[in-house]
Amino acid sequence: MKTAGIKSIQKATKDNLIAFGIVIVFYIVVQVMSACGVLTSSFSGQLIPVCAYAIMAVSLNLTVGILGELSLGHAGFMSVGAFTGVLVFTNLTPALPSAAAMVLALAAGALAAGVCGLLIGIPVLRLSGDYLAIVTLAFGEIIKNLLNAMYLGVDAAGLHVSFKDAGSMNLASDGKVLINGALGITGIKKESTFTLGIVLLIITLAVILNLIHSRSGRAIMAIRDNEIAAESIGIDLTKYKLMAFITSAVFAGVAGVLYALNYSTLVATKFNYNTSIQILVFVVLGGIGNISGSIVAAAVLTVLPEMLRVMKDYRMLIYSIALIVMMIFNQSPAMISWRKRFVSKVKSNHSGKTGGKEVG
Amino acid sequence: MALLEISGLGISFGGLNAVSDFNLVIDQGHLYGLIGPNGAGKTTIFNMLTGVYKPIYGKIILDGEEITGKNPEFINKAGIARTFQNIRLFDNMTVLDNVKAGLHNRIRYGMLTGVLRIPPYSVREKEMNEEALSILKIFDLEEKKDLKASQLPYGQQRKLEIARALATNPKLLLLDEPAAGMNPNETEELMKTVRNVRDKFGIAILLIEHDMKFVMGICEKITVLDYGKIIAEGDPASVRHNPKVITAYLGGNE
Repeated sequence: MKTAGIKSIQKATKDNLIAFGIVIVFYIVVQVMSACGVLTSSFSGQLIPVCAYAIMAVSLNLTVGILGELSLGHAGFMSVGAFTGVLVFTNLTPALPSAAAMVLALAAGALAAGVCGLLIGIPVLRLSGDYLAIVTLAFGEIIKNLLNAMYLGVDAAGLHVSFKDAGSMNLASDGKVLINGALGITGIKKESTFTLGIVLLIITLAVILNLIHSRSGRAIMAIRDNEIAAESIGIDLTKYKLMAFITSAVFAGVAGVLYALNYSTLVATKFNYNTSIQILVFVVLGGIGNISGSIVAAAVLTVLPEMLRVMKDYRMLIYSIALIVMMIFNQSPAMISWRKRFVSKVKSNHSGKTGGKEVG
Repeated sequence: MALLEISGLGISFGGLNAVSDFNLVIDQGHLYGLIGPNGAGKTTIFNMLTGVYKPIYGKIILDGEEITGKNPEFINKAGIARTFQNIRLFDNMTVLDNVKAGLHNRIRYGMLTGVLRIPPYSVREKEMNEEALSILKIFDLEEKKDLKASQLPYGQQRKLEIARALATNPKLLLLDEPAAGMNPNETEELMKTVRNVRDKFGIAILLIEHDMKFVMGICEKITVLDYGKIIAEGDPASVRHNPKVITAYLGGNE
C-alpha cells in the first residue's frame, strides 16, 4: 500500500519532467545552433518573445485549464507588468547594477499584475458563470486605453501625471518624461537575455506544476470539475479561485517585464485584444490543462509566422493550415486514440508495461 | 444529547411550501431513513441541512451548534457530509485524488509548502495517500485508484461519492438515493458497506432511498414525507403497515 502512494507521487513528477525536458532541450539546441553559427538573426530575435509567450501560455492555462475559468484579458496583466517593470528598471539602472535592477523590475512587475488580479478577482470570482471572461475582456481594453493616454513624468517635485499632453504635466526644466502617451516608453535599455527567459520559464513551470500537484491544486481542480461538490467537502471556493487567478496574473506580469526589456520602445497598443486571444489560442491548441502542450504551441506559433515570411503571400495560408493540423492532432478523438495506441506500443516494446495517462 | 435536532424546518419556493414544519432528531450512531413519493421534499431537506438552500423557518442544531442557514463549506467543517442524487464527482481527477480532495480540511499544508516542496509536503502527502487508500479499501476501490472518476462504472461512482464524503470525517453522513440504478446484488453489497461504515466510524447516517428492501433492511427508524409534511414516523415495521403511508405510495380513496 505504501509503494502505491509513492508511485502516484512519482507519476506526477514524471509529468513535470516532460515539461522541464522540453525547455532544457530547446535551450541546448539553440545554444548549439548559436555556437555553430547557423542561427539566423530573424530566429534569434524571436527567442525572448518565445520565452515570454510560453510563460504567458503556461500561466493562462492555470486559469483556463486548471481553474476552468475563461480569461480574455491576459495581455492586460502582461501590459501592467511590462510598464511597471520598465519604469522600475530605467529608474534604478544608473544607481544599481543591472542584474539587481532586473530582479527588482521583475518583482515589481509581478506584484503590480498580481494586485490587478486580486482587484478583479475579489468581486468577480465570487460569482459563478462566465463573468470573469467579460470582466477580463474589459480590463484588457481599459488598461490599454489608460496607458495609451497617460503622460507620466518625474522631476525634483515628484511624479506628474496627465491625460492631455506632455506639456500639461508642468514638469520642471530638469524633469524627465517617463511615459509619453501613445508613444509609450522610449529609449529602453535592452537587458533581457535568452538565458534569463529560460530561467523565468523554468521558475514558472516549477511553481505552476508544483501548485497543480499539491493540496491547493486538487482544491482548484475540484472546483473546476464540480463547484457544488467542492463546496460540500468544505473547500473555500473564493480562496482557491483567487489563488489560481492571482498566480496566473503574477506570471503574466513577469512575462511582460521580460518581453518589454527586449525592445527599445514600449507601447500600450502591443498588449491588445488580439494578443490576449493569441495566447488563448496557444492554450487551446496545446491542450487545455496540458502544460507542456502550452509551451510547444507558444513556441511553434510564435516562430512559425516569422519563418514563413519567405513564403510571402502564402504565409497566412500555411499558418492557418498549421493551426488546423495542430487542432486535429490535439483534439480529434481518432487522433487521441491513435496516440494512445502509439504510446502503449512504444512502452510495451520497451518494458512490456502499459499504463493510462493522467491528466496534469 | 441528540446529534442532530431539526425543529419546525420549512422553505417555500414562490407560493409553494416545499417543506413545512419538519422535525427530526437523530442520535449518535443511528441509521435513519427518509422516504416519500417523488417530489415530497426529501432532497430539499438535504439541501437545507447542507446549506445549499437557506431555510425560511426553523432551526437546525448539530451537536449543540446551530448551523441554520450557514454556507455549505461551514456546514461540512461542522460535521455534515453528503452525496448527491445525480452523482457529482470530480470527473477529470483520479479516484485517489477525489478522496484526497475530501481530506482537504483534515490533512493540511499551505500553498507555499506545496509550491516549494518543503518537508511537510512529502509527509502530509504520504499521510493523505495512506488515509485515502484505507478509505478506498472499504469500498473495494483501491485497485481503481489511478483511473479517472468518470471511467468508473455507475455503481462504483456512487461508492466513490460516499468514500469522498467519509474522507471529510463527518459526524453525520447524508446519502441521497445511494442505491439508485444498482442491481439487486450491488444493492445487497451496498447495504453491507453502509452498515460497515456506520459501525467502523461510529457516525450517524441519514439516507433517502426508494428501494424499500434497502430502507427496511438497514434503517432503525424511518420518517415518511408527503407534500412536504411528515405523515409517519417510527421503526420499519410500524411504518410499513401505516395506512397513511400505503395511501401516499399507492394512492387510494377515503
